[in-house]
Amino acid sequence: MNAPAPIQQKQTTTWEMYRSIVGIGAFCALLIVTVFQATEGRIADNKARFLSNAVAQVLPAARSTVEVALDSNGALVAATAPANLPVFLGYGENGELVGAVITAQGMGYADNITVLYSYSFDLEAIVGFKVLESKETPGLGDKVEIEPHFLANFEALDARLGGDGTALLNAIVTVKQGEKTEPWQLDGITGATITSDAIGVILNRGSGYWLPALERDARDFQPPQASEE
Amino acid sequence: MALKQVSSTDEFIKGLWRDNPVFIQVLGMCPALAVSNTAINALAMGAATTFVLVMAGLSVSLLRNFIPREARIVSYICIIATFVTCVDYAIMAISIELHRALGAFIALIVVNCLILGRAEAFASKNKPGRAMLDGLGMGVGFTAALFFIGVVREVLGSGTLFGVDLFADGFQTWTVMVLPSGGFFAMAIWLLLVNWIRQRQAEAEKQAGERAREATS
Repeated sequence: MNAPAPIQQKQTTTWEMYRSIVGIGAFCALLIVTVFQATEGRIADNKARFLSNAVAQVLPAARSTVEVALDSNGALVAATAPANLPVFLGYGENGELVGAVITAQGMGYADNITVLYSYSFDLEAIVGFKVLESKETPGLGDKVEIEPHFLANFEALDARLGGDGTALLNAIVTVKQGEKTEPWQLDGITGATITSDAIGVILNRGSGYWLPALERDARDFQPPQASEE
Repeated sequence: MALKQVSSTDEFIKGLWRDNPVFIQVLGMCPALAVSNTAINALAMGAATTFVLVMAGLSVSLLRNFIPREARIVSYICIIATFVTCVDYAIMAISIELHRALGAFIALIVVNCLILGRAEAFASKNKPGRAMLDGLGMGVGFTAALFFIGVVREVLGSGTLFGVDLFADGFQTWTVMVLPSGGFFAMAIWLLLVNWIRQRQAEAEKQAGERAREATS
């Protein structure tokens, strides 16, 4: 009895593999770049509007804001171009300084987390907080945006400077949920430990960098032309 | 034996009911449970997934003779990821708030097994028109399922529909329904209902067949 002939499967050549993978890669790259170019302007506008609304949320007393930057000597000056992580001074109805809004970024569990928080010069404390961008695990890491006890940290999170005004008196740190004993500690979230720890690190680093300059120069800063909120 | 010819309408309709990706195939559960806390989020996620399903189906079908068998999975994933990136940009251009509400789930469309499954099982073996219809049907079925789950969760969990208040001030909202566990409850309710209807349909068809056999004998 004759055995059935084996099924001949066409052998894929190296050229065919390269051709398909490189070809598809080029097609995908072209498509992504085209869509990116087409939507870039609109996305920038939306982000600017979103940022403006977020600033109003974390510093509701501000009626106008001025974006500021540090010059090469570390002095506070009006920003000449929008920064990736902008910092604003907020002014009230009568032009009085009501606070500062700082954007800061750091590594979370999944990716960088970008946050916006407000600083009160009167209380020397962080008094508002909002997550601007995060890719943390839904249902776990993203609790830092909604968990009431975590958000309660920002009613007045101590951010006083030390005697020489060059660094925070007490480092802002995240502690385990329910173990907060000091006003500069963040009451963390069980189940979102890495993300809540990351928020502490981001706030500590952002405040350590900006608050000395803000405390030193902001009160005497002459706003060039405040933008209306 | 001649294969049964499937009409274009059938290719579209099968995803809506007979092979519904959520209620029958139980695929794409991650976004179905996580992003269905409001009706608008459910519709947006459904629309984004439908777009990716249709475009990935079209591309895979057009390139089916160009992609070697050994490189098919990496090619499909690359194509799917490209359209997901495009959708990501498009949603950011439409609304940053909506983009934030959908969070990481837009990017996670890449690994939605429904899309890779349709690319591998259908689009790679069929012509572009049929692949698009299949993707559209599955996408609409997926969107409808998410929307039904979203309606139950938003109405009971927030007392609203599309953000509009439905009840008087005294209504006590079921907070659990907007939490992740609410997704499972709403899903279970719909699965019960869909399976009950399908069971009734199957019994009715069986009885009709028996009656027809009796009539002919």
